[in-house]
Amino acid sequence: MAKIRLATVWLDGCSGCHMSFLDMDERLIEIASKVEVVCSPYVDTKEFPENVDLAIVEGAVSSEEDLEKLLKIRKNSKMVLALGDCGVTGNVSAMRNLVGVEASLKCAYDELSDNNKGVRPSRETPKQLERVSAQHERVFIDCFLPGCPPPADAIYNILSSLIEGKEYDIFNHTRFGK
Amino acid sequence: MIDANVQRARTKTLTINDQAFSARSDQTILQVARENNIDIPTLCAIEGLSDIGACRLCLVEIAGQRELKPACTTRIKDGMVVSTDTERLRKHRKTILSFLFAERNHICSVCVSNAHCELQKMGAKVGLTHVEVPYLYPKLQVDASHRRFINDPNRCILCLRCVRVCDEIEGAHILDVFARGLEARIIAEMGRPWGESENCTECGKCVQVCPTGALNEKGLSVAEQHKRRGFLPYLTTMKRGR
Repeated sequence: MAKIRLATVWLDGCSGCHMSFLDMDERLIEIASKVEVVCSPYVDTKEFPENVDLAIVEGAVSSEEDLEKLLKIRKNSKMVLALGDCGVTGNVSAMRNLVGVEASLKCAYDELSDNNKGVRPSRETPKQLERVSAQHERVFIDCFLPGCPPPADAIYNILSSLIEGKEYDIFNHTRFGK
Repeated sequence: MIDANVQRARTKTLTINDQAFSARSDQTILQVARENNIDIPTLCAIEGLSDIGACRLCLVEIAGQRELKPACTTRIKDGMVVSTDTERLRKHRKTILSFLFAERNHICSVCVSNAHCELQKMGAKVGLTHVEVPYLYPKLQVDASHRRFINDPNRCILCLRCVRVCDEIEGAHILDVFARGLEARIIAEMGRPWGESENCTECGKCVQVCPTGALNEKGLSVAEQHKRRGFLPYLTTMKRGR
């Protein structure tokens, strides 16, 4: 059986979902025998490739760069899995929506910063969108795995089921805010 | 003491999910279903308080009726044919839960009730993988003025359990509802800060019946925020016997 072209992407999140992915421990070896990781923070790919079978996307859509990435992921992937509460509900990332972009930048760079107080990055930080959104508010998402983060068991369950084309029940392992 | 209503009640026969049951005419569909171990999802209904059909999760289909009816406030009728678990109902339950999540700021991972929240559990129970309507992100003020309790409207689902327990069991009725629809809020004593309430007895029953983290106790960790409801059936029985 040909290996599945797998990509994992990290948008606006804490990377806890990717850490949870690694928590699969020895089961990663089993997964690795069935997939080819073509793009991921683990392998430090810079550009999202074409013809991806399954894209696992962590994080909410907060910046123009996030949105650009997500649109490309959708275009180049047969199946997209939203991983974790930020991607599924907006979660902590979307708490910015309660105060707005300017107030959050002011808090981060003007009020709480220890170094370079009041200096805001002009190049390295992408432009923030007015509203942080869950992934499915921007593109079609095929499957959802909530949890903050989703436990390794939940990731293993859904991933192995998707690879083998079997049915899965995520709520045995996770829910919002797990 | 014999309840006068029980004396007047007659036996009626109805069908729930293709099974025939006999029950008292003064019972609701939800009561009959629960007595017979048929699960109907609910959030606002709680044993010991009046039923008001606020959350609409317990909607059921009744043969011959186009609209869905809340099982908690619909009395049984002779020959009634009820379905509690159809494709249409499952779809409606997901939509209702989506509204509840989207109307306020339920960020489960940073909530004091994470892991022991009825709304969160209900999401998993009805298979809500994601919220199907756009989030509103309302700006809501937390009222932490009370010495012992916090009212966080970000987590409120307007089930009104707190209002009912304060009125029907404690007899204080200091909690009530302000405004309507999306603007509705739980307030204390005509909208003054809860801590300035002159009539709050600080009994904490409202906090214990709250299904989410909307009403919570100060000074307790997330793991300690378990709601204790053992008092409710006991006090209800005591009040009835008065």
